[in-house]
Amino acid sequence: MRFNLVTRTEETYAVIQTEGYLNGPSGEKLADTAKELIAEGYTKLVIDLEQTRLINSIGISIIIEIIELIHQQEGVVHFCNLTPVIQRTFKIMGLAQHAGIFPNEGAAISNL
Amino acid sequence: MSDQANREVVLIIPMFPNIELAAAQTAYSLAEMMDFDENDIDEIQLAIIETCINAFEHSKSEDRRVSIKFIMRDNELELKITDSGVGFRPNQATSASSGEVGLKKRGWGLEIIRNMMDEVSIESSDKGTTITMIKRKISPIRSEVCSNARRTPVGTPLR
Repeated sequence: MRFNLVTRTEETYAVIQTEGYLNGPSGEKLADTAKELIAEGYTKLVIDLEQTRLINSIGISIIIEIIELIHQQEGVVHFCNLTPVIQRTFKIMGLAQHAGIFPNEGAAISNL
Repeated sequence: MSDQANREVVLIIPMFPNIELAAAQTAYSLAEMMDFDENDIDEIQLAIIETCINAFEHSKSEDRRVSIKFIMRDNELELKITDSGVGFRPNQATSASSGEVGLKKRGWGLEIIRNMMDEVSIESSDKGTTITMIKRKISPIRSEVCSNARRTPVGTPLR
């Protein structure tokens, strides 16, 4: 199953764009990328899920780990371009209380 | 063969990584054929993915297979997902939102499934588990109201 990540770094923040099914293994790839960015000093992250239509609760559990990691660094992580179903699932699992959810990348970046 | 039997599709999948996508893809094709809207199709797909991975992770079935029956009716799609594992007691299944503080990582499957589908019932014994889920089509007027209600205002964090 194809899963791609595209990372873009700016002066004070980084954007990770996902493409494909976000499950356990692809969630681990996302977490590894986030950890690398944190190690480079990026504690403000935007995760853009525009190209991810399917997700499962294992993938989301790994996203929770990323949120916890960012919070430990006193950083911030925002999500954007979620489908309505992914957005609802984030809300059910409580992520919406700990990370910003925005309709597009511009809005997520301007709220970092 | 009855008309109803002609509107059933049965898919049997082995338990290996990512094969739940085959079930989700089948659900997509059937639901699209039945004119479910895009959001409903996403909900059906997520529910079927969660049901499959629950069976993969917890059923301990010896045959390592899951059977999925899709029953297409005029206004609803019914899914019966069966494994021949050890079963579980639905009222004793781990609930992720049972009053604990903080972000719980695992144990969300049943709660997500119940949120995505209109009806969910579970029959389980030491010979296996069948989860039956129904998604109903809603009228165009109600669909439009729901669709508008689900939109997030631009620039507003969902809290």
